[in-house]
Amino acid sequence: MSTGEGWLIGELKRRGVSRREFVLFCAGIAGTFALPGSAATKIAAALSKTKKPILVWLEFQDCCGNTESFLRASAPTVGEVILDTLSLDYHETIMAAAGTQAEEALQNVVKTHKGEYLAVVEGSIPTGAGGAYCTIGGKSALSIAREVCGGAAATIAMGTCATYGGLPAAAPNPTGALGVADAVPGVKNLINLSACPANAANMVALIAYYLTFKRWPPVDGVGRPLFAYGQSIHDACERRAHFDAGQYVEAWGDEAHRNGYCLFKMGCKGPVTHQNCPNIRWNEGTNWPIGCGHPCIGCAEPDFWDKMTPFYQHLPNVAGFGVSESIDKVGVWLAAGTAVAFGAHTVGKMVQHRLATREGPDTELPAPPSPPSKQPPKTGGMP
Amino acid sequence: MTHVVVDPVTRIEGHLRIEAEVDGGQVKDAWSSSTMFRGIELILKGRDPRDAWAFTQRICGVCTTVHAIASIRAVENAIGATPPPNARILRTLINAAQCIQDHVIHFYHLHALDWVDVVSALSADPAKTSSLAQSISDWPLSSTQYFTGVKTRLKDFVDRGQLGPFANAYWGHPAYKLPPEANLMAVAHYLEALDWQREFIKIHAILGGKNPHLQSFLVGGMATPVDPNSQSSLNIGTISNLRALAAKGQDFVKRVYLPDVLAIAGFYKEWAGIGAGVGNYMTYGSYPENDAPNPPMFLPAGIIMKQDIGKVLALDPSRISESVKHAWYDYSGGDDKALHPSQGETLPHYTGPQPPYERLDLAQKYSWLKSPRYGGDAMEVGPLARMLVAYASGQPRVKELVGVALGSLKVGPEALFSTLGRVAARCIETVLLAEKMDGWIDELAANMGSGDYRIQDNAKWDPKSWPKDCFGAGYHEAPRGALGHWVHIKDGIIVNYQCVVPSTWNAGPRDVAGKRGPYEASLLGTPVAKPEQPLEILRTVHSFDPCMACGVHVVDVHKRELAHVRGGP
Repeated sequence: MSTGEGWLIGELKRRGVSRREFVLFCAGIAGTFALPGSAATKIAAALSKTKKPILVWLEFQDCCGNTESFLRASAPTVGEVILDTLSLDYHETIMAAAGTQAEEALQNVVKTHKGEYLAVVEGSIPTGAGGAYCTIGGKSALSIAREVCGGAAATIAMGTCATYGGLPAAAPNPTGALGVADAVPGVKNLINLSACPANAANMVALIAYYLTFKRWPPVDGVGRPLFAYGQSIHDACERRAHFDAGQYVEAWGDEAHRNGYCLFKMGCKGPVTHQNCPNIRWNEGTNWPIGCGHPCIGCAEPDFWDKMTPFYQHLPNVAGFGVSESIDKVGVWLAAGTAVAFGAHTVGKMVQHRLATREGPDTELPAPPSPPSKQPPKTGGMP
Repeated sequence: MTHVVVDPVTRIEGHLRIEAEVDGGQVKDAWSSSTMFRGIELILKGRDPRDAWAFTQRICGVCTTVHAIASIRAVENAIGATPPPNARILRTLINAAQCIQDHVIHFYHLHALDWVDVVSALSADPAKTSSLAQSISDWPLSSTQYFTGVKTRLKDFVDRGQLGPFANAYWGHPAYKLPPEANLMAVAHYLEALDWQREFIKIHAILGGKNPHLQSFLVGGMATPVDPNSQSSLNIGTISNLRALAAKGQDFVKRVYLPDVLAIAGFYKEWAGIGAGVGNYMTYGSYPENDAPNPPMFLPAGIIMKQDIGKVLALDPSRISESVKHAWYDYSGGDDKALHPSQGETLPHYTGPQPPYERLDLAQKYSWLKSPRYGGDAMEVGPLARMLVAYASGQPRVKELVGVALGSLKVGPEALFSTLGRVAARCIETVLLAEKMDGWIDELAANMGSGDYRIQDNAKWDPKSWPKDCFGAGYHEAPRGALGHWVHIKDGIIVNYQCVVPSTWNAGPRDVAGKRGPYEASLLGTPVAKPEQPLEILRTVHSFDPCMACGVHVVDVHKRELAHVRGGP
């Protein structure tokens, strides 16, 4: 078994990636995180020496969308190698073993590699019906999450369900679904990679960062890495100039729509959503939702199924304000510099998320978003 | 008698548990249980019906899009919206691309390892592998050097001692029949298919912004603007990008997937006599060919009973019902009566063992899936149902492709009713759709070129234009089979939402009459060489392409108060 130095370099050669291309890739990673140029050498060295760390990927109340997204990871070619540097010892959707043999594989990691492995969680974790809303091998998702994440060196909550409860936790949350931070209180070194699903490019960058520095990058107030969630969709949107110029789509397929004008009036949640979609796009940079003419639905934000709906209602819906004044308000609000964290109070006022007939304590205006009760420290978890 | 429990069934979407009684090397009885529940219909109640597609799409991220399509069709049916031709063609392209990609992923990444022994590939002779590959296809990646590279990569992987997702599997099991060279070829194509799927699905990124979970659907149409001369719309450039991706897709499907399926099936012909199951097949039909209210379908709707392909019966959705006799739900009128989805009530009531548990009580309720029935009969849905109905209805290209497959394996049409028949039907459908993509792209280009830029029925966007109280049904053929959504809208708001989905049809438990569901029935008689390594059970279950998150979701809690849990437990 040769897991030491040089394996990655050999892997790269087989894939036709030169040493120089590899260093350039590492420089790119360094750039992503705004690190000094000298860091590239350090990243290259760290990745070359790495023994394949063990990754276990748990699926609970999920749709498998994050796994599918993970399968789309690629560019650059070295990115594939980065993923190959992980030993994916448990992943129900991909693994060959089933039943008892699959459970043994998981137990083997938990018992013999305690404190060493990386855990990924996809899907929310139900607490209702004594855990019976999601069981694997007869065990409840809750008990599995606590055992596996509890013994992990670090955990990534992948996608909005695992981070904040997501769709199953949308009102009225029939199964008592929770995200990892709430379901596994005190879990060590948790980082949230939200969105529905999380973007493969961000998964690759996050894992590369971890392999290099053995800790997570700095995060925002809801536990997401700043490199991917540090700016609003609106601020980086290719249609921003149309917003500033007051050029809006008014109807599906109208001339403004065909000319790529701003989707704000069609319900775009870009101004209150933080993710790097406009920069990195999706599927190897092919496109992104606004690029194909549909508004942002805010899928990276906590509780977006409640707080960003109705999706086609434009953002400011405060009685007494017309659309244009409200748009100005949004502009002012953004300029006020609340871009890093989800501006709870302001957004609570901005986003009407319930129809009047729906039950709830707040039929007129929604409650402000509640961040997870346990938040990773602002600077990332690891010493 | 050995009681076998397979939980988790891996290489599927979602959470599935199979229990089986094995005696004398054969399955004597089987039970299929789904062990995860979310409650998406309840979450939909009280919301804007125009948002529903985004919620339902998240029922499944593997067959992303299919619940979005069924949802917008149901709402359109309720409110009377008419999508323009561009929207119909865009949806068709998205649906077909999804089906093609999903089937390829299923074969190589979810199903192949039931037939392909990865460890055996280590002893393959690359030169012989090359001859084998070249004898079945003119696919260019077939040289001795190429297979030497794949073998070396595999050997290095194994030598490092970290087998990752390939650890602890059933390698060396006596039911693996492929020679080492066929195994090596399949491993090479497993890896190639990983790259292929990522590339091909860019069709979805172009038409839907991203994949998984496209974001261009709209009630009444699509959000993707169409204008051949605009840089910000689907234009002439997009059309040529789509053509290039579709061509690459078809190339792989016809030169790798189809030859692989036929080659591998040749070594496993006995599986053409195993796994038939209920023998009843149902399809709603798919890919509308024009914009008429009840358009002809490229793949026709229909029912086949008791394997009689001499007679295709018309489908009547009013004959659908669901039973909860063995599912963890109550009916207010008692569990002995099955209900049509439009009258459906679903009160979740878990009565199984508290986790952690070893065994379910199989005489009682044992699954989160209900048991859908058509006229009281269990029906198999999916590619086999679609291909059988198309074949029996005389769809010319399906007849041709089925003939090629049967001829190559030297078996008769009765071989289709089997585990292997499902594998073959899925591949035939993929070829059929991959060939058809270009024609649909032409249709989009022609319509766009005619100056028709309409993408949505704007007259029906505002809820004020809707009937005050309306009801709709939307159907779609997902890769895994017949999917139906039913919606009731009042004052512009969803008051009830029901889905009856492919994996509920196939994986559901016994019904009121004690009749087994298709998974359960198909496992009867399946050989099991080593009960502690139930590889053969996986083969038959995987041949259905289980998608459990799709199957379980129904909750309609009129009469039950559920705690709204937020914060820590």
